[in-house]
Amino acid sequence: MNEVTQEGILKLLCQRLTGLTKADFEITSETNLITQLAIDSIKLLNLIMEIEDNFDISVPVNALTDVITVRDLADLIYRIKSESK
Amino acid sequence: MSLLEKLDQAAAARKAQLPGGIGAFGIPIEAIYSATEARIEGRKILLFGTNNYLGLSFSSECREAAHAAIDEEGTGTTGSRMANGNYSGHRALEAEFADFYHCRSSIVFTTGYQANLGTISALLGKGDVALIDGDSHASIYDGCILSGADIIRFRHNDKDDLEKRLRRLGERSKNTLIIAEGIYSMLGDQAPLVDIVNLKKQYGSLLLLDEAHSLGVLGETGQGLVEKTGLNHEVDFITGTFSKSLCGIGGYCVSNHEQLDQMRYVSHPYIFTASPSPATIAATRAALKILRTATELRKVLWQNAEQLYSALKDIGYQLGPQPGPIVAIILDNPEQALALWNGLMTANIYVNLILPPAAPEGKSLVRCSINAAHTPEQIHYVSQVLSELYTKLH
Ligand SMILES: Cc1ncc(COP(=O)(O)O)c(C=O)c1O
Repeated sequence: MNEVTQEGILKLLCQRLTGLTKADFEITSETNLITQLAIDSIKLLNLIMEIEDNFDISVPVNALTDVITVRDLADLIYRIKSESK
Repeated sequence: MSLLEKLDQAAAARKAQLPGGIGAFGIPIEAIYSATEARIEGRKILLFGTNNYLGLSFSSECREAAHAAIDEEGTGTTGSRMANGNYSGHRALEAEFADFYHCRSSIVFTTGYQANLGTISALLGKGDVALIDGDSHASIYDGCILSGADIIRFRHNDKDDLEKRLRRLGERSKNTLIIAEGIYSMLGDQAPLVDIVNLKKQYGSLLLLDEAHSLGVLGETGQGLVEKTGLNHEVDFITGTFSKSLCGIGGYCVSNHEQLDQMRYVSHPYIFTASPSPATIAATRAALKILRTATELRKVLWQNAEQLYSALKDIGYQLGPQPGPIVAIILDNPEQALALWNGLMTANIYVNLILPPAAPEGKSLVRCSINAAHTPEQIHYVSQVLSELYTKLH
């Protein structure tokens, strides 16, 4: 796989979330996953499973409790990916 | 947001999900007549939504044992197993569970929920890993949360996904507890235990199997999936409940690991709660004795399950992947599920309505459960009603 960057993960997340939520506004790094996107926990967990496969990582469910914005999620994925190398 | 407003918000979300559907949850049962019939809203209703798999809730042996225990030992123990609540009945039941599973020892808990909470939180701690099936019961999730371990889900019943996640863990796989269920409570399907056991050995992990819905249902003597697959001694910890086929309330964990006994001193859900009442223990002991030799009841249960499963499949319903005492009808949305549930109630049939997030993957389910006391006529009637409702729905 190509070198994974924080920005790359962020971009991918914004793309995937746009498709998933049909939001009528632009999703950015600061978008709140729960209050602004109203993404339910099942959709979020499914998206995370997809991302896990994409980056060959496992994201612990309990790590998600600190995730509020899209950037938080991207940071978490980046951190796990870096640690797994 | 204030503490109470959070509850208001949850209530609003529930109402918005399914206006008019609130009545389906916690429906008041006015009188219970037998393992298959009750009075609800003044009407006699057929019960097709219990966990009473062997139909033992009115067994005369169990009732007599409970009566005698109340007379001899009183109504409650008023204390923990670690203090004044450790009666000879509790210890005898533990010996009987160990004997039943041909295992070294067992621990009895006050509920099945606590059996999972107590076992998982005693085994795992911060830095360890709980690798759990994505469809796991809430007691498994909550036990993992209580433990402080990292919780990683694998795709439901997907051995390749499990293997991928074990591989990703590297050395941490040796500090990992894999958790699966004998029969899954929502879709009624069984875990691929042979594959899971192979993987846990290959990666040096431990395995816990919750036999809540498979006890009494699978295996020659009713041990559950461990017996059906002959893997009794390959599973590190088996948990289960008295609240389903044993028709009581309580839970257990059995194991061949000598460390099991040590759990009594570290497991809060074991220590900081009162022990099961004498009547509960006595009835459960009587029920376990019946369950072990209930080959005929198991045969009838499976005939009944297959009758309903194949009838519903023929009608065209989308069902869980394999026949069993839990027959789950999978619907596209909560409205359809509620319509079906209401249709069944109108025809005097009670089943379970299960909506997201309780049902896996955002599905809505009408969950029927079968027991050994159902007659072929009752099952035929339910199939007929469901056939008419199918036409209305489509
Ligand atoms: C898979 C599973 N585990 C554990 C439990 C908890 O059992 P109990 O009712 O004894 O608390 C249940 C019951 O709801 C269950 O379905």
